[in-house]
Amino acid sequence: MVTNQIQTLKLNLWFGNNHVLHDVSMGVTEKKITAMIGPSGCGKSTLLRTFNRMNDLIDETRISGKVLLDGEDIYRSKADVTNLRTRVGMVFQKPNPFPKSIFNNVAFGMAVQGKFNRSQIEDRVEKSLRDAWLWDEVKDRLNESAMSLSGGQQQRLCIARALANNPEVLLLDEPTSALDPQSTSKIEELCLELKNMVTILIVTHNIAQAGRISDYIAFMYLGELVEFGETNKVFTVPQDKRTEAYLTGVFG
Amino acid sequence: MNTYKEKLFKALTYTASLFVIIFLFGIIYSIFREGLPILKVVKLQDFIFGSAWYPTHEIPEFGIWTLIIGSVYVTLGALVVALPLGLGSAVYISEVASPRMREIAKPIIELLAAIPSVIYGLFGMAFLAPAVRQWFNLPTGLNVFTSSIILGIMVIPIIASMSEDALSTVPKALRESSLALGATKWETIVRVVVPAAKRGIIGSTLIGFGRAIGETMVVLMVAGGSAKIPSSIFHSTRPMTSAIAAEMGETVVGDLHYQSLFAIAIVLFLITFATNIFTEIVFLKRSAR
Repeated sequence: MVTNQIQTLKLNLWFGNNHVLHDVSMGVTEKKITAMIGPSGCGKSTLLRTFNRMNDLIDETRISGKVLLDGEDIYRSKADVTNLRTRVGMVFQKPNPFPKSIFNNVAFGMAVQGKFNRSQIEDRVEKSLRDAWLWDEVKDRLNESAMSLSGGQQQRLCIARALANNPEVLLLDEPTSALDPQSTSKIEELCLELKNMVTILIVTHNIAQAGRISDYIAFMYLGELVEFGETNKVFTVPQDKRTEAYLTGVFG
Repeated sequence: MNTYKEKLFKALTYTASLFVIIFLFGIIYSIFREGLPILKVVKLQDFIFGSAWYPTHEIPEFGIWTLIIGSVYVTLGALVVALPLGLGSAVYISEVASPRMREIAKPIIELLAAIPSVIYGLFGMAFLAPAVRQWFNLPTGLNVFTSSIILGIMVIPIIASMSEDALSTVPKALRESSLALGATKWETIVRVVVPAAKRGIIGSTLIGFGRAIGETMVVLMVAGGSAKIPSSIFHSTRPMTSAIAAEMGETVVGDLHYQSLFAIAIVLFLITFATNIFTEIVFLKRSAR
């Protein structure tokens, strides 16, 4: 049996008195794309953010249960959160490059870690930009502001920035919802390529997108993981009526 | 009836703003009218760069370089005091403090701006200057050092408040993506948030500069007043503002001394005016993003 790279066990999460995640137990397979779908407010983004502990930033967050990464509980008391976040990268809904040069955006994570020399950083920046399919578009203007890039390029820059930390897992929180269709399909194709090197979890509102790129689907509803399985199985024979209703557009 | 009222309202507000503009240009006009004639007697470069300020001697000399340097020294000194403290409290309020603490701390810092400058002067004169004299074993505590500290405290609320505004407009998404890349909160503040707010921070510093260089009461009371170029921060000095305030009473209307003080006012006005315009245009204009 293959062990899961990420495994949640009876995960519950509260923001104050608001019980957001209910007993979520879910496994994520290495180097596959797992899509998390469900109506707004179902907890899919919150679940995604437990994997790099971004929910810690919100006051009064409480959690019970476990989240294992490579078998280790990332919420154990001595866990190194900054180290976790270099292992689990994240790309957000809106492209949000730093107001710095293209180069310095990608080099940011390495610069913060402070254990790389200049040529190591340069090599990794180039590799990350190549991996994010951005290198040819920006190689002649690495010192220009990242703000000069188009929206789709900015989002690929954010992917490159996350890849530069050599993460094991990449969390994508609705990464294409602010992009035009062309940029969207480019990022979808990129995801299919990237899964050879990194495990991808993607939150999306776009059911068709989940169908196009994911290997596994997690359907969430009202804070519960209602259904989890291989994408083609969930899409063809959903086990739960709520999943079927969502996929066929009854609500959402 | 309604349109009549509206017209009246429009006329009244228009008149009010017209008055403001009339006052502004009236003041500018009169300082230039009273001050410029000094240039018939003293050459512009001798006036600005001459370092002998003996306006009441038998053969008077009107070189204001010492006064300009005095102003520049105490103002830069004030910024050395105010920038770290102002930016530090801005970062604390915007990035570190709990929402509750923020609600308490920001008004308190802004309260510093509500203290009349003569009270700062009194404090400097009565408490800080004697202490400085003792600590450093000086003949007088009324000097560049003491006035820089007092002026600096006055400028803190400007820098703190404006920098805090700049820091809090940095999008949350930038902080999140920095943290998500493995940066600590401190690294995020230093490498992302402060650089992203740097225009506003520089702008606040320049506004603070304009405020400090124009401040009169504090330097009049605390700077000591000697019209020599200070060779140490523990020497006393006479900035442009205190020269005008201290000497105007000794002049005869229309004489050369009177004209020269107005000419100093022109120089001061041009410095603060240029600083403000430059700051507004370059650093504080609300950009599209």
